Amino acid sequence: MSQTSTAPPAEPAAPTPEPGRSGRRRLGDSPVVVTALAFVAAIVVGGVLIAVSDEQTRNAATYFFSYPWDTFRYGFSAIWEAYKALFEGAIFNPGRASSGTIAGIFGPISETLVSATPLILGGLSVGLAFRAGLFNIGGQGQIIAGAICAGYVGFAWHLPPVIHLIVAAVAGILGGAVWGGIAGFLKAKTGAHEVISTIMLNYVAYYLLAFLLSVESFQRPPYGQAISNSILGSARLPHLLGGSLRLHLGLVIALLAAYGVHWLLTRSTLGFEFRAVGANQNAARTAGMSVGATYTRVMLIAGGLAGLAGVTQILGTNPAITQDIDAGIGFDAITVALLGRANAGGTVLAGILFGALRAGGVQMQSSTGTPIDVVDVIQAVIVLFIAAPALVRGIFRLKGSGAGTGQALAKGWNG
Amino acid sequence: MRHALKITAATGAGLLLLAGCGSKPTSNASSSSSGKAFKACMVLDTGGVDDRSFNESSYAGFQAANKANPNIKISYVASNSQNDYVPNLNAEVNKGCDTIVAVGGLMADAVKSTATAHPDQKFAQVDNASQGDNIYGLQYNTAQGGFLGGYLAAAMSKTGKVGTWGGLNIPPVTIYMDGFWEGVQYYNKTKDKHVQVLGWTEKNQKAGTFSQSFTDQNKGKTISQAQIQQGADIIFPVAGGAGLGAGAAAQASGGKVSVIWVDTDGCESASQYCNYFLTSVTKGITKSVQEYTEKAASGTFPTGNYIGTLENGGTGLAPFHTFDSKVPADLKSELDQIKADIISGKITITSPSQPK
Repeated sequence: MSQTSTAPPAEPAAPTPEPGRSGRRRLGDSPVVVTALAFVAAIVVGGVLIAVSDEQTRNAATYFFSYPWDTFRYGFSAIWEAYKALFEGAIFNPGRASSGTIAGIFGPISETLVSATPLILGGLSVGLAFRAGLFNIGGQGQIIAGAICAGYVGFAWHLPPVIHLIVAAVAGILGGAVWGGIAGFLKAKTGAHEVISTIMLNYVAYYLLAFLLSVESFQRPPYGQAISNSILGSARLPHLLGGSLRLHLGLVIALLAAYGVHWLLTRSTLGFEFRAVGANQNAARTAGMSVGATYTRVMLIAGGLAGLAGVTQILGTNPAITQDIDAGIGFDAITVALLGRANAGGTVLAGILFGALRAGGVQMQSSTGTPIDVVDVIQAVIVLFIAAPALVRGIFRLKGSGAGTGQALAKGWNG
Repeated sequence: MRHALKITAATGAGLLLLAGCGSKPTSNASSSSSGKAFKACMVLDTGGVDDRSFNESSYAGFQAANKANPNIKISYVASNSQNDYVPNLNAEVNKGCDTIVAVGGLMADAVKSTATAHPDQKFAQVDNASQGDNIYGLQYNTAQGGFLGGYLAAAMSKTGKVGTWGGLNIPPVTIYMDGFWEGVQYYNKTKDKHVQVLGWTEKNQKAGTFSQSFTDQNKGKTISQAQIQQGADIIFPVAGGAGLGAGAAAQASGGKVSVIWVDTDGCESASQYCNYFLTSVTKGITKSVQEYTEKAASGTFPTGNYIGTLENGGTGLAPFHTFDSKVPADLKSELDQIKADIISGKITITSPSQPK
């Protein structure tokens, strides 16, 4: 894990572990350890919720003092069953794999990666803006803008197969980039705070979509639910592992985008400007960089990445525009970026973890009746602990120094 | 801080003691009825099982079927977003459900692709036409119920103005408003009156008043108050939970304004405003889901489409409840006559949103 440039200046000691110091102190400073422990803590909190939401356990608790064993037995079996289903839905299901079909063996992994794809792209968008010191809350609006543009090209234009897909994807990227770029431009020219402007642009995109879905040329005939025409086959992202699995080319795009962001931040002049402005905009200005132009550029690229998330949604996962096309990804992306500590590799891993929780949550709800909201709680608790590493260190009795990377990111938008 | 923790812990322990004082039930003789279990599964749309709208009504149908026939084992999965539709449907297929009921027309594409991939799996879909041999479509011609509501509102209005507004400008919503508008026009024609409808006209399907939300009660209240200020004294909100704002507006008016509720009997689903509900225009989701489930459990899966009408009870007017004494007997018999005329085809409803 790299130290981000937004680490607070109050801490001159290098975060790299020094040999010879106490092992516990080292552990408490390692982002990997903090992340893993946050995950463990979240699993425990989720387990309690699962036990409480289990009817049999609740019934057993009413006679806890005459026969406490039942409460624990039912509680633990509920937790075990739920987490087993979570695993089976996200990674590998022995019951289904025994059928020997591709769908049986790779089905769960495919679902995980399908859910992870837009989360990775959204996370990259938020993370990139973080590195330039901007807090991009506008993922929702940028995804919607991207999905509207890509979707419209996808169902209304008639082009040859490969070209159609490329044109639709580019339209989506441009849509997202414009939506993000507006916020960056406003920040550069007028000083409007990007948190406010991106949130407001979310509303604009959301209600623009509501309007479009009531317009005849956008709506699907004849029995018009608020849903657009289906994306034409020529503009859809092809499946990677055959038609029985939903995994589509979007995953490859997301991984390429992650590499691109990594390259941008570590190898290019533009990325150096982003990081310099993020670290200290006054110093960057003194060094001759145009802070305003950097804000506009980073928001253009961040918006384009979020737009790409919308592209994978509309051309891959859900090939028709509805009011819910963003599906909460715009906001989940913020937590993914936090968990991934705003670097590309971490964001990919965080996106896959959250994708696994999403895919497993479906199976958990279906086979054990555990509410899928437990998954949201687990995600939230992970991020909560990462944003407050002192809390994790306190619970697990680890030593460490003040603020961690996550904390710096969590408060990054205001200095 | 420590002290507070102690108090909290003590209180918690006390509560646990109270809660845990029961004794272990001795026998576990429940659900040992004879016969093969029938697994009925439901995939809900977003909004949750307690949305006071189609999710809740649909699952109530399952619960009623389970009550009538305990061999029907019911369960549901909720969708947090539209990304969950396909995974949820697939998970239910893999679970080995005997039938899967999908709720909401937005799920139509997902149901179609899942049903095509699993031709032996039986599906039913609420609010959409059948799209395959193994999908049973459940649709509701609520324009017929709305017609009765419109006639009633026109007859009961003292100001000569009635209002309606919707959640979104989509046919499942505007079909109610079309029926309501037509009912008012029919009243004007037969009685030679000029009752106005605020918020909607069937002639212009693009215009109309909409809250753009099925949950925002404040918006519902604002819109209702605007219509009240323009003179409406009966409001017909077609917006699920957002319609509760109309109840609040009626309450604020001190009884001068009344509301016609939608989808379910308002005195049961939103009983806090029962005093202000003139009646409700119902959509028989619960009944039709229950009938489908029981039929499927008996081994005969129906095919094609069910269309709820006044004739089969798939739409209609709920009881008047507190307004029962205020609705004149003449009007009640007129409503019965109109209902019979719609069923017989003597009155034709022209709403373009009716299911075919």
